[in-house]
Amino acid sequence: MSSTVSGPTFSGAIFSGRAFRLLAAAGLVVGAFAGAAAVGLLRQPRQYRVDPPVSAALEGLRMMPNGIAGAPPEVYFALGQPYEKTAYDLNQGKRLYSWFGCASCHGDGEGGAGPSFLDGWWLYGPSMVSIAASIRDGRPHGMPAFRNKMTIDEIWQLAGYVKAIGAYSAKLTAPSRNDERRTRPAENRAPAAILFDQGAAPVRPEQGPSP
Amino acid sequence: MKRAAISLPLLLLLSGCGGVQSALDAHGHTAILLKNLIIFVVATCFAVWIIVMLVLLWSLMRRGERQAADDRSLDRRMMIAVSGAVAATALIISVLTIASFYTTRGLDPARHADVTIRVRAQQWWWQFVYQDADPARSFQTANEIHIPVGKDVRVLLESSDVIHSFWVPSLAGKQDLIPGRENILTLRAERPGVYRGQCAEFCGLQHSHMALFVIAEDEERYRQWASAQRKEGLEPREPETVAGKAAFMARQCAACHTIRGTEASGITGPDLTHIGSRHSIAAGLLENTRGSLAAWIADPQTLKPGNNMPIVPLSADELRQISAYMDSLK
Repeated sequence: MSSTVSGPTFSGAIFSGRAFRLLAAAGLVVGAFAGAAAVGLLRQPRQYRVDPPVSAALEGLRMMPNGIAGAPPEVYFALGQPYEKTAYDLNQGKRLYSWFGCASCHGDGEGGAGPSFLDGWWLYGPSMVSIAASIRDGRPHGMPAFRNKMTIDEIWQLAGYVKAIGAYSAKLTAPSRNDERRTRPAENRAPAAILFDQGAAPVRPEQGPSP
Repeated sequence: MKRAAISLPLLLLLSGCGGVQSALDAHGHTAILLKNLIIFVVATCFAVWIIVMLVLLWSLMRRGERQAADDRSLDRRMMIAVSGAVAATALIISVLTIASFYTTRGLDPARHADVTIRVRAQQWWWQFVYQDADPARSFQTANEIHIPVGKDVRVLLESSDVIHSFWVPSLAGKQDLIPGRENILTLRAERPGVYRGQCAEFCGLQHSHMALFVIAEDEERYRQWASAQRKEGLEPREPETVAGKAAFMARQCAACHTIRGTEASGITGPDLTHIGSRHSIAAGLLENTRGSLAAWIADPQTLKPGNNMPIVPLSADELRQISAYMDSLK
């Protein structure tokens, strides 16, 4: 249509000039935002109901003979490590942390009668399977077993939350905000790393220099 | 067929006006006041609408016989008509405002209360604590309250997670439950009956399954109910319920639920001391029968996805025994 018209025309000025480039750039920016908004609307899947065979398989913590470290059951990887990666599970872990009274010994993660999660020391190693085993079976010197108080998927949720507050790199997922006043940085800001950088070490001089 | 297709939606529409969960089925002091106000306002507005329509029709009809009147008489008639309409509008609005003002004053929550109940809304159920000056006489229940007819019941409203709203339309209007705050509502049932309530503020996935029942009964029966609720959970007698109690205590159940008089003292879930005496389970989701209790214990996440009760792995025998024990806790 415009190819038969010679000389500057109104439509020619729009489609070839600076205005067109500006318009195209604006279109791209708006499109990018719309795309980002559409991706944001996609909801992270939540698993409310763990099939009984799956929870039975989640019981199979393969621990080293000394009870420190080991491998999670295969089903944990088949599920896609939800207890470390989904905000819903982290948040359920946070609720379980307060419902089951973890704070009475471990405080808000800073420790008390029980060890701290923020000082860089994991008495039984920082792996999910160790933390889950500590919760499920208890540990010497006062950590009770929660085997008969929580189901295995709750134990995994709680272990994921405990791992998140002790993590040295900030996570992309976060549980919901505190209802009470904070005593430490938020979970998704890797509170352990922040406190460690501020010089919390050496908290346990008897165990040698901090990492 | 066509007639049925038209009348069915109409019937459904009308069914919203009566029976359970309807503000027009008023049986409480507050609800009756509010219903009278609604009817007065709607009737007044309807009368205004009829008059306006009649005047409009009249003026349309008489259009043909209009004659050229002299300007001055037309002006005067216009003046009378317009000032009459303005005066009527002002009068009607004033009357409605005064009616609304005095109705609202009648809902005074600061009166003396015969019974005080502390309500704690949670995702997605209601915790009720009957308060008493003597702590030994206060007791807890869930999703179902009994109140004496004709007595003022003060309801203290709190929430432990998000904003909920307490709404028993047959007894009173809505009142929000806000975390960290305490709101007060006064209920007074004028007639005995079972009144359904519902959370009226979207509070998450199972908002629609967060119902409660208010059972208004005469004072004698209320006293009997309250003294039964104050007692500890019944000790099981039959072998099946005895085994059910043992399984309940050994498994995860006791970590979240309380049964007074036993070692079960969890506070995260509803108090189950007298669960067998309630009409429904899981906040109005299911009628309370032994079968529905077993279905709920076996798989709460299919019946009410997202609620905080996990699937506890139980053997078939344990499931049967625990549901029999729950059913026996009258």
